[in-house]
Amino acid sequence: MRVGVITFPGTLDDVDAARAVKYADGEAVPLWHADHDLKGVDAVIVPGGFSYGDYLRAGAIARFAPVMREVVDAAAKGMPVLGICNGFQVLCEAHLLPGALTRNDKLHFVCRDQWLRVENTETAWTSRYERGAEILVPLKSGEGGYQADADTLAELEGEGRVVFRYVGGNPNGSRNDIAGITSANGRVVGLMPHPEHAIDALTGPTDDGLGLFLSLLDAVVSA
Amino acid sequence: MARVVVDVMPKPEILDPQGQAVANALPRLGFDGIASVRQGKHFELEVADDVDDAALAKIAESFLANPVIEDWVVRRIDA
Repeated sequence: MRVGVITFPGTLDDVDAARAVKYADGEAVPLWHADHDLKGVDAVIVPGGFSYGDYLRAGAIARFAPVMREVVDAAAKGMPVLGICNGFQVLCEAHLLPGALTRNDKLHFVCRDQWLRVENTETAWTSRYERGAEILVPLKSGEGGYQADADTLAELEGEGRVVFRYVGGNPNGSRNDIAGITSANGRVVGLMPHPEHAIDALTGPTDDGLGLFLSLLDAVVSA
Repeated sequence: MARVVVDVMPKPEILDPQGQAVANALPRLGFDGIASVRQGKHFELEVADDVDDAALAKIAESFLANPVIEDWVVRRIDA
């Protein structure tokens, strides 16, 4: 399993994302924002951080990076793509996922361990979880408020495309307590919290996040 | 060259915590009577004469603003 991990100028969490891939017995393949090919990877992770300094809007400039054109094309053919935090913002800006992320409702940057409920186990990134499982992973973001219009929210809820929901209080004003969503085909997933920081109880609050990366192994092997 | 201004504002239904923070600070500075503040972005572009309105609209809609959460206005400014 070869998993591309993109680094934009300003990306912070690419090393932890690559480490999570290795924990799931995958090979992490570094991808640079200016790359014009995906080096034959089976899946792509768009990690967290502050791509291009988050100038203009979070993720707005990264969307136009050469490597993102390749990601959009590959996602259209069914390649699994995971966007974490800034990566989620990039995937929304690239229209691979609907909606947008706005400033947290209380304006403060939130940094804490956050409980999430796994609502959808049919995606390429969540098959190893039990539906309704509650997991604890770090959340660290200033622009994590998930926003979408009423029609889009109804579509996401109606089709079961809310993948992760905040439990124990909404940290950022996200509509419907949404922490993560998936594309219509279940291959593209984006979430604000950081599963890649929770893969080993020695270095994270739990190893609850490892399930995403193990799920990918199944999705790639069965493809 | 022409001057073009693009103003981008959060949609009315989108919570604007930045604007609220500014509004809440005003009474502490001694300015009363300001009921609300909305904070947006103001872009000034120097544009070649052969760039038409359609191109400017595309720049505003696809890049400077995010139509999911923001409204925008494009204006040409007479020099």
